Amino acid sequence: MAQTILHKANTRGHADHGWLHSYQSFSFAGYYNPQRMNFGALRVLNDDTVDPGMGFGKHPHDNMEIISIPLEGDLEHKDSMNNVAVIKNGDIQAMSAGTGIFHSEYNFDRTSEVKFLQIWIYPNKRNVEPRYDQISLNLEDRHNKLQQVLSPSPDDAGVWIHQDAWFHLGKFDKGVSTEYSIKKEGNGVYTFVLSGEVIINGETLNSRDALGIWDTDKFTVEAGTDSEFLLIDVPMKF
Amino acid sequence: MEKTQILVVGRHPEILATVVRLVNNNPNWNATGCLSDEEAIAAFSTRDFKLVLLGGGVDEISEYKLNEYFCAEKPSIKIVQHFGGGSGLLSAEIFEALGS
Repeated sequence: MAQTILHKANTRGHADHGWLHSYQSFSFAGYYNPQRMNFGALRVLNDDTVDPGMGFGKHPHDNMEIISIPLEGDLEHKDSMNNVAVIKNGDIQAMSAGTGIFHSEYNFDRTSEVKFLQIWIYPNKRNVEPRYDQISLNLEDRHNKLQQVLSPSPDDAGVWIHQDAWFHLGKFDKGVSTEYSIKKEGNGVYTFVLSGEVIINGETLNSRDALGIWDTDKFTVEAGTDSEFLLIDVPMKF
Repeated sequence: MEKTQILVVGRHPEILATVVRLVNNNPNWNATGCLSDEEAIAAFSTRDFKLVLLGGGVDEISEYKLNEYFCAEKPSIKIVQHFGGGSGLLSAEIFEALGS
């Protein structure tokens, strides 16, 4: 029988650094909640808003798969592999920190906020060679259907990471539903609602609510209103 | 109050320095950073460590060797893999490991 866990938006951690407002689904930095450490290999889901021209200065990472999904505005990325890029809504960025990487992420815009999701997945292999990737997605490919934006394979749709994880984005009109089949035995799915109302397993989720579901091989996602959402399919044991 | 001693092992000098600095931001913790297995083994007897963080670049052979040595010397020692490299995960990892 399917197991579920509901994370309402207002139960997330919150950090206000003036230039940064971060809502944290799992323990991160100053937010520590032993009940909110991870959902399987999903360790971080930060819903960040950064003031114009501000951002995260150069800092290191290792052994983590880090994915950024811009929701509004432009995010400027620089890293120690000499990558310089600006990503915007409709793009997705993936970085394997591996043996070590330094990077910075700034709001490229001097007048508007940037809003983005920062997602960290535990890697299935430690100490890999660091790598960076970003792609632009066709927004129409998620209208009333699921658009795969991340997978474990370089040959599959979207960016790829070192973990048996799949991400899908959906932008559904009210009343549209679809069945999602979990990609790998032992995986679970963390659904994060970006806007609108989504119904899964009889649970109604509103903007920024999340539902984790596991011990099942499929479930139905229904849009209670026009809605946008992200499905994060990850190993529950890793 | 006596500080909790934490040994941090990692192969990347700048990341190790960052992790040590971030651990030491907590007034109740004190970190000792080591780049090599030999350095870590030598340092282990110099303080009453409660926790070892194995960071980036420490391969499985070293991990096994260090685990064996530290557990033999001090069976109560907590040894955890640190993911993220001086990131937002550090404090939660330490709290979890120390059971606090």
